[in-house]
This record gives sequence, structure tokens and C-alpha cells, in this order.
Amino acid sequence: MPERNGHDAPRIGFYVCHCGHNIAGTVDVAAVAKFAATLPNVVVARDYKYMCSDPGQELITTDIREEKLNRIVVASCSPLLHEHTFRVATQKGGLNPFFFQMVNIRENVSWVNDDGKAATAKACDLVRAAVRRVAVHRALETKHVRIHPDVLIVGAGISGIHAALTLANAGKKVTLVEREPTIGGHMAMFDKTFPTLDCAACILTPKMSAVKNHPNITLWSYSEVTEVSGYVGNYTVKVKRKPRYVSEELCVGCMECIDACVYKEGKTPDEFNQGLSKRKPVYIPFPQATPQVVLIDPETCIEFKSGRCKKTCVEKCDRNAIDFKQKEEIREINVGAIILSTGFKTFDAKRIPYYGYGKFPNVYSSIEVERLVNASGPTSGELILRDGRRPKTVGIIHCVGSRDKNTNRWCSRTCCMYSLKLAHLLKEHSHAEVYNFYIDIRAAGKAYEEFYDKLLEENIHFIRGRVAEVTDWCARPEEKGKLIIRVEDTMIGVVRRVPVDMVVLAVGMEPNADAQDVRRMFNISCSTEGFFLERHPKLAPVDTFTDGIYIAGACQGPKDIPDSVAQAGAAAAQALSLIDAGEVELEPNTAYVVEEDCSGCKSCLAICPYSAISRDEAKQKAVINEALCKGCGTCVATCPSGAIRQNLFEDEQIFSEIRGLLEADEPILTGGEA
Amino acid sequence: MSYLYFPGCSLRSTGRAYEESILAVFRKLQIPLTELEDWNCCGATAYVSIDENRAFTLAARNLAIAERMQGNGGGDLMAPCSACYLVLEKTQHYMETDEGVKREVTTALHRGGLDYRGTTKVRHPLDILVNDIGIEKIARAVVHPMKGMNVACYYGCQVVRPFQTFDHAAYPTTMDRLVTALGGRSVDWPMKARCCGGSLTGTIQEAGLRLNRALLKEATARGANIILTCCPLCQHNLECYQKRINRRFGESLHMPIAYFTQFLGLALGIPPRELGIQRLFVPLPETDGKRKEVPAHA
Repeated sequence: MPERNGHDAPRIGFYVCHCGHNIAGTVDVAAVAKFAATLPNVVVARDYKYMCSDPGQELITTDIREEKLNRIVVASCSPLLHEHTFRVATQKGGLNPFFFQMVNIRENVSWVNDDGKAATAKACDLVRAAVRRVAVHRALETKHVRIHPDVLIVGAGISGIHAALTLANAGKKVTLVEREPTIGGHMAMFDKTFPTLDCAACILTPKMSAVKNHPNITLWSYSEVTEVSGYVGNYTVKVKRKPRYVSEELCVGCMECIDACVYKEGKTPDEFNQGLSKRKPVYIPFPQATPQVVLIDPETCIEFKSGRCKKTCVEKCDRNAIDFKQKEEIREINVGAIILSTGFKTFDAKRIPYYGYGKFPNVYSSIEVERLVNASGPTSGELILRDGRRPKTVGIIHCVGSRDKNTNRWCSRTCCMYSLKLAHLLKEHSHAEVYNFYIDIRAAGKAYEEFYDKLLEENIHFIRGRVAEVTDWCARPEEKGKLIIRVEDTMIGVVRRVPVDMVVLAVGMEPNADAQDVRRMFNISCSTEGFFLERHPKLAPVDTFTDGIYIAGACQGPKDIPDSVAQAGAAAAQALSLIDAGEVELEPNTAYVVEEDCSGCKSCLAICPYSAISRDEAKQKAVINEALCKGCGTCVATCPSGAIRQNLFEDEQIFSEIRGLLEADEPILTGGEA
Repeated sequence: MSYLYFPGCSLRSTGRAYEESILAVFRKLQIPLTELEDWNCCGATAYVSIDENRAFTLAARNLAIAERMQGNGGGDLMAPCSACYLVLEKTQHYMETDEGVKREVTTALHRGGLDYRGTTKVRHPLDILVNDIGIEKIARAVVHPMKGMNVACYYGCQVVRPFQTFDHAAYPTTMDRLVTALGGRSVDWPMKARCCGGSLTGTIQEAGLRLNRALLKEATARGANIILTCCPLCQHNLECYQKRINRRFGESLHMPIAYFTQFLGLALGIPPRELGIQRLFVPLPETDGKRKEVPAHA
């Protein structure tokens, strides 16, 4: 059936929904329908239990046909929930879907009012406004844009890796960009994983090498995204590839150049080992690094500093892979969707001076201990402290930087479980007495509580109380040479002094230092604490408010490995469903320029938050890219000559709506007696 | 830069040396001080424990007078005693956040023909000297570097908690930086902001002495030969009970306890008498080298 154009005199159908008791419990829906029937141009006015149900929608389509309706108004819930539903029903009846207007009398009326009479009166006012408005609606066309089938993933920790493999296995081309010289993220640093105690490397490195070898994945490590432009389905991204001074194509990772370096011993704190060991200027982060390519740090390499090195590394490399002249490169790619999996940083324990981190050598952060107990770590997994001793007692302090309004208010979710894991590993490695100082043990996860139980049986000590300080102030002879943990044991109500040899600070998870810059670059939002904001906390946990950009893993909030992987899979699925649709429909509420009224003054260019407006230099007129325009209306209000208008928000429509709201001279029927 | 000065009761009694040294140092550094007109009890002492609103009213009266004087060109209000400092800060806090307090205090002030607007900034001399005058300027004025002085800087609780106004609540460093600039060696010790016993030495003396003993012992163990304080009550507690602690716990403590302003004054070459050094019970250690002295009024 051809869509009617709506130029005929308006014949409006009005429907008010009971939404079970949600609306009808407060608003007298029969009275609202009766009131609507009295409004100009309203031909049909009905109330129905559930307008969104099939029979409800059927009412609309049948009435359009039988009563020759050309406008529809539904008073029900929020347009966010069912506007699309009723537009489709309107279209099914043979009308352009934009000859529809929705009135929200649930969230805006019944849910926020106890007084039935007042609620019904307000509903009637809103209905009158919508009836006025819909009469001046115009037919609009939705635009469709094609979607580029490739995907960019930023950050190659476990989340990025999992999302990349999922998409690549589905046949999509993926570019995976990682800032560090190797992929693997934090997980690559861990020794074992809770609660199963399987080795992190054993489960991660196969996935890392799968990424490297997958024909559908382009891996750009040691690279950073510098610029993003475009819109859903059509993003253009610039990526900076930092120079390694070693050809990625030629290097086979034999590491002979590292042995050959003129530095006999490393001098620079090793980033991957958290500074617990030293590396040379030519290095590879860890033996299983992916890609298996060494790199040269120009800050410490003699050749870069003086130009007078013997270059024994170059001599040794029979593949001529070392290239001191390598330059940074900027690559540009086009993608349809982007997944951000940029991860987190650990809380800097120096911010809490009374825990002595950075002051007492035997106070460690948990991530350092991960390296310390790791078989491929700086001590090959032997528990040797910074002062060379082996600890007989260890105290693990939970919630460092977390659940504290002086630092971070949130629970970092992973610390309880990794502290339990570290307690087990430390005991296993050293047979030390291990004390956990906790506020609450949060072991909510599959087999997590059972793991906690197991530790209790391993004679690990648990003391409930937030630690006041770690000090070397010894009050008793037996405390000499020890670190004393002072804590109120809230179970027995006394302040205790627990002398230990080693302190582990279970630091929480924080947004990356540059999360705000990344957020701006990708035009997404952050929640108050600085993690990336999801579109809906329950129903759209990996979407963002920018279409085509998804988030996965700890960049969205503290998360353990299983949750990160689950989210990465979800983000990949969202990207897939976008790409496989082939094209995306754009809401037509965009702004447009009436060319003959535009003076080319450029006022609108700077104020557009989405950079959707450009200037046609030949015509000297503003041009709005409909695909970028989000319909915020800022330019419409700014334009000094009124040359910019907005679909669905034409002046006539807005003023009709306002007039409808303010016209109280019509009788408003409220209560049962009407 | 000039300041209003609120001495409070301590600086006119047990803490006379504190006032003498503050006045001498400020004179030497040519920082004008104007004493607050018609000031009254700050409200700390027992008031706070019995009727907080009354304490806030007393403090607010001082603040209101300061505001009036500021209108005539006075600067921030300096409160050297930590207890005064805290109760003035606290009063400002509650006047801003608690409607009930605000109502009661305002009514009382109005009856006395005063008004509180909350425009005065309450400052501690340690904050003023280090952050307004600046360590560099002070270091340039040093004529007698305090070599040989191993100083345990002791801040006590009230200047840093609960309001972290100018330094960290648990690990302050302002005084340490000053001491280093004056040529002394600041001893790192973990008791900087721990309790001195407060008024417990007068009420539950056993508890008070134990707290005192821990501070004195630890400073001694860390190699300090002097403890510097910035609070008259801390100074009193640490200095006056040493003999009793030695008797009670079998210790042999003998630690000079001075105000940081006395120490600063000595470094600036002010004669000891002008700084009230003669009032100390435990004599100060000798600095290396011969003293050079320049009287503060010179």
C-alpha cells in the first residue's frame, strides 16, 4: 500500500495504554480517551490494556484503514521503549511512520504522581499538546548508510585479544592496536589465575600466538590511535606506529642482539617486571612476547645518545633487522566499528603514605608480587625480598585505595580473590605464615567462595579490619627488624600489632591516566570515577552513546578475567550484528540548511559538538552531514538568520505543542464522574 | 602581607615561649602582625565536650571580629595553638554545613552586635611561614645554620586532622622541609602526627604517659637530639612529664622539646632570651660552630 502523504486534512487516531496497572492505577485512562475525543481532528479515541501488544498495534493499523486516519498519537510509556514499535505499526497501516507522536504518561505522569486527579489532568494536557503537534507533522525519509565491514580494536589485553579472535573467526578483518611492545596486557604478567589456579601464561599465550598468526587480524603493537573521524559504519582512524628500531618483518626474536649489547648487565628498570629487574637498551618485554620482536629504547641506547657505540648488536644480527634510522609512521585505516578494550591501571600505593610503599623495601604492590611468584619472573618464582631475605611472615592488606573516600570509593572487585590467590601462592612458595587484613571478603563468583573456604583450611590467617599503618616503629624487642602492621581486629575489638617480614598491598583498579583523552578522541563518555560509560548499565553494557563504538573489559570498570572475556565476546557480537546488517538506518531528526537563507557566517561551524557541519566554499553555505548530526539542535538555535531547521523539531511543530500545553480553556475531564 | 594574630590562652601562659618566638621571628622577617581586638577563649578546652554550639559561638565571635578588622585592611587570621586552629576551622565548617549551628551562633553574635560571613581564612604559623613567606626566602635569612641538630618534627594531630588544610593528614612534611632549609637534619620517624596524650595527662595520666613515652622513645631511637612542636599542648606534654615517665617506666629519657619558631629564630640569629629559650626544662643541644647573633629589633 502506498504511504499517504498526509496533505489531506488531519484525521487523528488517539490511543491511551493502561500498561496494566502501571498507568491505569493512577491515571483515569477512560477519561483521557474521552477527553481526547473532544479535541480537534481526533476521529478515533480508544483506551487499551497493552498498546504495545500485537492486538494493540492491530487496533492502530485497522483504524488507519477503516477510519481513513492519517495521524496517530499513543499515550503510554517512554519513547525510548516503544516509539519504534508504534512507528512501525503506523507504517504497517500505510502511513509514513513520522505521522506519529508519542506521549509519555508513565515515567512522566503515573510513576511520579500519587494524586489520580492531578495525574489525569496532566495526562490530558500532554495529550492535547501531542494532538496539536501531530497535525503539523511531515513525512520524513530515513537515511541508510553502508557499513564498512572491518573492525578496529584498541588495546590487546585479554579483552582485546578475545574480541579480535571472535571477530576474525567470523571472517571479519580486524586491526588490533596495542600501545605496548607486546600484547597480553596485565594477564600476561600474572602467574596463576583464581580460583582454578591454572597458569595464566598457559591459557593466554596460545591466544596471543593465534592473534599473531590469524590471517584476518592485522596486529599493530607499539602503536597508538591518534585521530578518529567519521561516524557509525564509516570511521577513519589514524594510527601512530612507534619506531622499534628493529624491523618487525626481519626480526625473528632470536634475542642474540640482547646478549651482544655492549651493556653486560641491564641498567633500566624492567617495565614488564614492575622494576624488580633491570633490562638493557635492546630488549624484549618477556620471552613469550607477541610479536616476537625485540626493540631498542632510544633513551638508554648509547648509539642514540652519543652515536659512538660499537653496535655489537648490529654485528650479531645476521638478518640485518636493526635499523637506527627507523621513523614513526602514521597509518590510516577505515573501519565500520570500533571496540575499546584499553584496560586499567593499578592504584599507586604511594598515595597512601602510611602503608610505607616506596619507603620500606619489603612493602610490595600486588602486581609486583605477581611477578615475584612467577616462574618466569625476576627471581624465577623464588620468594626473595628486595633485601635478599626470605619472608617467614607475610601480611596482605586488602582494599588499598579502594572503598575509601579519600582515594577511590569503589570496590575493585578483583582484589579479594587475587589476594586469596597470592596468599595461597606465597604460602606454597615460602611456607610463610600469611595474614590477610580485610574489610569484607567479596567472593561472589563461580567457585570463588569455595576457594576462600579452601584457603581457610590451608591455615591462612584472616584478620577483619582496615589496616591503620605499616610502620617500623617497634614497641617490643620481638618486633625489631620487622614491619609492624597496626590494625583494629574488629572481630575481637582490640588494636593489634602484627610484625611481618613482607607486606603485600592489594591495590585496586583505576581508569588509565589518559582515559579522558581517549574518551574525547572516540567521542564517548566516562562515568564519574573515570571508567568508560556504557549505554545502559544492564541492557546495553558494551554499547556506548556513540553508535558503532563498543567497550570491553576493565576500561568499563574493574573486572576479572572471566568477566572481561564475556564482555569482549559481547562487544564482538554487537560489532558483528552491526556489520552484518550491511547498512544502518539513521534517525531523521537531523538538522538541515535552507540554502537561500544561509549567509555563510560560520556561526554554526564551531558550536556543533559532533563536527557535523562544514562549509561549502564554492557556494559559501553551511553543509550538514546527516550521518554525523545527532539532532541536538544547537545549530538551529544558534543560526542568526534562522536558516537551519531540524526534522521532527520544526518551529511550527514545537509551537503547536506548546500552544496545546498552554490552552487550558478546553474542558478537562477528570475523575469518574465526568 | 600582614596577618591578624589570635594568641589564645596558652600563648599567654604555658606557651609563653611560643608567643615570644613567634613575635620575634615575624618581626625579624618583617611580617606585620596585628593582635585580634578584644579576643576571647577560642572555644576548645572543655567547652567542646560539654556544649559544642557554645564552643562554636565563642570561636565565631573571634572570627566575626577578625572579619570586621579585615574590612579595615587586616589579613588572614593566624592561630598558633593547634587547638585554637582546629576549633576555628571546625566552626567555619559547621557554619557552612549545619543550619542548626548557623542559626544558634548567628543569633548569639547578633545580640553582641556582630555578624559572621565566613570570609576569614584561618592560618597556622607553620603554613604561613612555609607557604606564604617561602622556604627559600627564609633560607636566605639564615645566619646560623642549625648543624648538628637532629630534629624529630612533631606535628601532633590537630593541625592536620581532620581537615587536611596545608599538609598530609598522616605524613606531614612542612616542618621537615623548613628544618632542612635551616641546616638541621630532619629525622624520619613514624610518630609525626600521632597523639601526644592531649589532656589525658591531666585526667587518665597512665594512658597519657604511655602515649608520651612512645613518642619520646621513638625519637630517641631514631637518633633525634631535639623534638620540635607546633602546638603548646604537645610541647607541654612532651616536655613536662619526662621525669615521671622515667620513674614510672624505668626509662632514661632526656629530650629537649622546643617550638619550631624557637628553632627558626635561633637560625635567624635572634638571641635565645628573645625566643624564650631559657623557659625550656631540657636544655637545647649545641649546634656545631660558633653562634652568631643579631637581635630581632635590630
